[in-house]
Amino acid sequence: MGLETLFGHSYLTTRLDEAVNWSRKYSLFNYPFVTACCGMEFMSTFASTYDIARFGAEYPRFSPRQADVLFVVGTVNEKLAPVLKRVYDQMCEPKWVVSFGVCATSGGFYDNYATVQGIDKIIPVDIYIPGCPPRPEAVLDALMKLQAKISKESVLDRKYKWPSDGHRP
Amino acid sequence: MTTYLLETIKTKFPAAVLAASSFRGDETVVIKKEALKETAAFLRDELGFDFLMDLTAADYLPREPRFELVCHFYSTKHNYRLRLKCPVGADDPTVDSLTPLWAGANWFEREVYDMFGLKFAGHPDLRRILMYDGFEGHPLRKDYPLKKRQPRIPHRD
Repeated sequence: MGLETLFGHSYLTTRLDEAVNWSRKYSLFNYPFVTACCGMEFMSTFASTYDIARFGAEYPRFSPRQADVLFVVGTVNEKLAPVLKRVYDQMCEPKWVVSFGVCATSGGFYDNYATVQGIDKIIPVDIYIPGCPPRPEAVLDALMKLQAKISKESVLDRKYKWPSDGHRP
Repeated sequence: MTTYLLETIKTKFPAAVLAASSFRGDETVVIKKEALKETAAFLRDELGFDFLMDLTAADYLPREPRFELVCHFYSTKHNYRLRLKCPVGADDPTVDSLTPLWAGANWFEREVYDMFGLKFAGHPDLRRILMYDGFEGHPLRKDYPLKKRQPRIPHRD
C-alpha cells in the first residue's frame, strides 16, 4: 500500500536534531501581528498565487500560545510596544520572529516621536524582510531562509538565555 | 455668495473679526478667540452650518500669538463652506470648547489638546486621545525635540 509494504519491519536512523528540525521547519504555525498596509502583501503571500502552504506555513493561529513564528507586519509605535512584547512572551518555545517590511525592521521613514525604530528594540528578531511593502517573493525567500536557520539548530540548545534577573533579553 | 458670508459675519461681529478673505472660493474669517463660541453658534443657528468638518491647530513659532485654531464648517443645507481661524497665545492657551454646539468636536479637541496643548474650556472630558498616559509634552509643538523618545517599556540595548 505505502512505504511500509516496501520496507517491511525495517527502521531508519538519523540524528535527533535532523528529525526534529525537519518537522519543525515544515510546520511553522504563524501568528500574524498585522498593524499596517504591509498586511495586504502578507495576505497576498497566503493566497493561492504565491501559496505559502507549499512551505507548510499556511496555518495562522490566532493565539500566540499555539504559534511557532511571529510575523510582525507593519509599523509598531511606542503605544503598541508593550502589546507586542506581551504577545511574544506568550509564545511557547521554540519560537521565531520575522520582521516584515521596513517599518517593523527599522521604523522606516517614520523617524518620529511615536514610532519604535525597529521591533528589535522590543523583541529579538530572526529574519528581516526589507521592502515597502515587500513583494510576496521576498516573503517566501525569508521563509526559506528561516527554514535553513531552523535546520541548523539543536534541540539541546536553549534558544534564548534567561538572564539572572529573570527578565528575558 | 462669497461676499454674502463674509459681509454677514463682519457686520454681525465688527469688533471680533480680525481679517476676512476669499481665495478661489475658500472663505476664511480670522476671529478673536473670545468670540469663537458666539460666532460658531451664529454660524450654526443663523447661517445653516450644521456640520463641523474639522477642527485642528497650527503652531507658528516664533510668531506671537503662537498658535492658530482652525475650524472648517460645512452646510449640508446650502452646500457652502467656511473656515474660521483663531489666534491663540502661548501664555494663555485656552479656547472655548465647541463640543456643546457640535458633539463631533469632542475628539477633535482632545486631539488638539494632545498634540498642541491647547485647552478647551467647557469640554466634558479633556484628556489625551492619541498618546499614552505618562507621555510628557505635546509632540506637534514646534519646540518639541525632534529626536525625543518616550518609550513605555525599556528598549533592548
